Amino acid sequence: MAFNIYDFTSFNQSIDKLLYDNLPPFWALIIEMTLIGVAFLLFYALVGLFLVYAERKVCAFIQNRVGPNRVGPYGIFQTFADFIKLLMKEIIHIRKADQFLFNLAPFIVIIASFMAIAAIPFGLGLHAIDFNIGVFYVMAVSSLGVIGILLAGWSSNNKYSLIGAMRSGAQIVSYELSVGMSLVTIVILAGTMQLSEIVEAQRNGWFIFTGHIPAIIAFLIFIIAGTAETNRGPFDLAEAESELTAGFHTEYSGIKFAFFFLAEYMNMFIVASIAATVFLGGWMPLHLGPLLTDLLGNWSLKFNTGVDFIPPFFWYMGKTLLVIFLMMWFKWTFPRLRIDQLLKLEWKYLLPINLFNIILMALIVLMGWHF
Amino acid sequence: MNNEQLKEKILSLDPSLNISEGPQYLTLSVTPEKLHNTALLLKNTSELSFDYLFCLTGNDLADACEVVYHLESTKHAHAIVLKAKTANRENALLPTVTDIWATADFHEREVYDLVGITFTNHPDMRRIFLDEEDWVGYPLRKDYTDNNIVTR
Amino acid sequence: MEEFITNSKGKQEEEYIVNMGPQHPSTHGVLRLKISLKGETVERIEPHCGYIHRGIEKMCERLTYQQIIHLTDRMDYLSAHINNEAVCLLVEDALQIEVPERVKYIRTILDELTRLASHQLWWCAFGMDLGALTTYFYGLRDREHILDIFEETTGARLLQSFNVPGGFMNDIHPNFIKRVKDFIVYFRKKLPEYDELLTGNVIMKERTNDIGILSLEDAISYGVTGPSGRGSGFACDVRKHHPYSAYDKVEFREVLYTKGDSFHRYKARVEEMWESMKIIEQLIDNIPEGDYAVKMKPIIKLPEGEYYQRVEAARGEFGVYVLSTGEKYPYRIKFRSPNFSNLSAINKIAAGFKIADLVAIGGSLDLVIPDIDR
Repeated sequence: MAFNIYDFTSFNQSIDKLLYDNLPPFWALIIEMTLIGVAFLLFYALVGLFLVYAERKVCAFIQNRVGPNRVGPYGIFQTFADFIKLLMKEIIHIRKADQFLFNLAPFIVIIASFMAIAAIPFGLGLHAIDFNIGVFYVMAVSSLGVIGILLAGWSSNNKYSLIGAMRSGAQIVSYELSVGMSLVTIVILAGTMQLSEIVEAQRNGWFIFTGHIPAIIAFLIFIIAGTAETNRGPFDLAEAESELTAGFHTEYSGIKFAFFFLAEYMNMFIVASIAATVFLGGWMPLHLGPLLTDLLGNWSLKFNTGVDFIPPFFWYMGKTLLVIFLMMWFKWTFPRLRIDQLLKLEWKYLLPINLFNIILMALIVLMGWHF
Repeated sequence: MNNEQLKEKILSLDPSLNISEGPQYLTLSVTPEKLHNTALLLKNTSELSFDYLFCLTGNDLADACEVVYHLESTKHAHAIVLKAKTANRENALLPTVTDIWATADFHEREVYDLVGITFTNHPDMRRIFLDEEDWVGYPLRKDYTDNNIVTR
Repeated sequence: MEEFITNSKGKQEEEYIVNMGPQHPSTHGVLRLKISLKGETVERIEPHCGYIHRGIEKMCERLTYQQIIHLTDRMDYLSAHINNEAVCLLVEDALQIEVPERVKYIRTILDELTRLASHQLWWCAFGMDLGALTTYFYGLRDREHILDIFEETTGARLLQSFNVPGGFMNDIHPNFIKRVKDFIVYFRKKLPEYDELLTGNVIMKERTNDIGILSLEDAISYGVTGPSGRGSGFACDVRKHHPYSAYDKVEFREVLYTKGDSFHRYKARVEEMWESMKIIEQLIDNIPEGDYAVKMKPIIKLPEGEYYQRVEAARGEFGVYVLSTGEKYPYRIKFRSPNFSNLSAINKIAAGFKIADLVAIGGSLDLVIPDIDR
């Protein structure tokens, strides 16, 4: 089967060659890094703003409302206006707060999400760093954010913040386990931790289809645990507004608040990206596997060539947005869990199921029962 | 039980009680000393079992303060009014009924706050609405004055 | 930050004191709950009221009975019409005036519409307390229809003051009957949505089942009335036991649940909405023709004596006590507000549960703060 997916590698290599031909290697490297950094900053800001807008529209749709519709067509510039407002807002200085940690906390949160996004493959060749332990790296880095949340809660000198931060700590530490375990299930199937290879391994069908029942269970657990890890409803105990006013960011205002706000949405994006990459094939188009090819013959080949015309970046974004929509749907329909119920769900249900699921997956891979 | 039977029953339990008939409810007037015992009697006698205190009002009469207890029995569906007058206005004292009807806790604090009747043995005799530290006087007393009060 | 208190053994023990309110999203107003925490568990709750105390009882000592009606709106603003009615009934009883049947019917219909609107708003807020923000918009969507009906007939959406001693200020709007009928048809379809969205939800059940249990004895002793009391099995419906207006002419069920937890308080309220619709349906087609008010003297003086009137407001038993000396002003007027008694039980109900449960319990008690402070 000859697939003709648009490859960014040649584009990247031509820029690389151009720079190294005309500049000393040190400066070429610096400029390359700056270019990538700027690209990511732009992408980060745009995705953040878009997600805030999307959430408001989705929430409005679920709540029988119209949502933002005044600033620009369909209100698409609403979040830009809001962001400008946040930039211009006064940054309130809390006199009895621990100033250094108080100022540091939002940066830790935002840097953690920034680092995680670097390892995600957006398309064929559109990949900043391709670690051989990509899954492991993303897991490790994205859970750094909890340090920022704990710092924010501690340094605010506010009881609500402290309770919120403690809840968040307990929550993330617990659910990190489930996120990791469900990814390990797929790593067993794929036989690699490198994200690009995981995507490549799904060329003949996404893992959620080829991985039998364990993959589906792992996907469900990942979505639940991922929602919990991003502190979103129904697991938004850290900022449960009816209990703790705003939780760990009660005392933050202006741009520092915006950092927390943006980081929350970006974490959601990262979790959705990983879900899309690991379970739904990342940028890989929906290909019919060899089993179906035998069945349908020529038709399946035509189908596979057809879907390849859609650029991989759109495949990736589409899947990610689908998962994000799922997460928004949860948030706007479910009531919030209580802290002990949250921990019970993790330690008594998700974790044992997960461990069993790993054994099942190992068995399937060992016996070669997967497609 | 209707009011007649109620009156007979209560008098048979304690003939010294003073019962008068109002337009709606029987009214049972007691002295502060007898208030707590009478309240216990009304609550614990199984034929009466006045277990629901639905209103507790403090009144400032010209010569004394008075507390009006509206009682109802959820079992027998009859109601009665219990009244207790303090000895004087300056040092208005009454025993609490919080141990008999828990709802009296807040209502007695309200009466203390606004009418100025102190309930002895109350677990937490503080003002409930107004500021404990710097509010002077009891607003629902007839001689209470304040610069902001509008009189016509 | 921590306040240290000495426990009975004389040992220093840490207690984490958190002030919930007076500005806090889940107290629905300016109520301050001082909470002692041990970890996430609530040890003790001390309510501090009075942030919106306006001295209504004192003001009423200088107001005529017609004027007092307008202040009763401002207590429980969500059952404004029912509070108005209590004062009117008291005056009518004291002066022994028989109001026309038409007035009784319309009063009952408006009472039940008020109750529906109030329970709808409670349902919105209860969902929000649990973290389900979508409920708010579903409830408000339906409440809007009732407020429109009110606006058309009474001229006001929230604080109607439509009652006067002897009847109403004005006759009902010609559209009233049709719009109420339309609304009942509409809401009978929409109310099942409430159950679909919230009642059957697993998380909602986990959050409310066996949480904040109030026993029947405690409910009676604390005077917890209304749907909150009936969730504990306390048969306290004034409409049933001491009927007023046209309640003796209609068939309805007093909704009683037995467990007394948050979920049963919730169920009691949702069931009451069905019963309210039933009451309205029985009356709306049979409103008799006649006058909308009895001619009253411009200055009302109640004969000397004491009067008491009980009505069933949306949150429980509302009572008015008047001590009259024969003047045009009451010598003393006391409002027995349901929320004040309901609040007094909160320490009994919520101590030992988690903070999140306290919010759910507060929501299930449906407190309206101006009614507590008066």
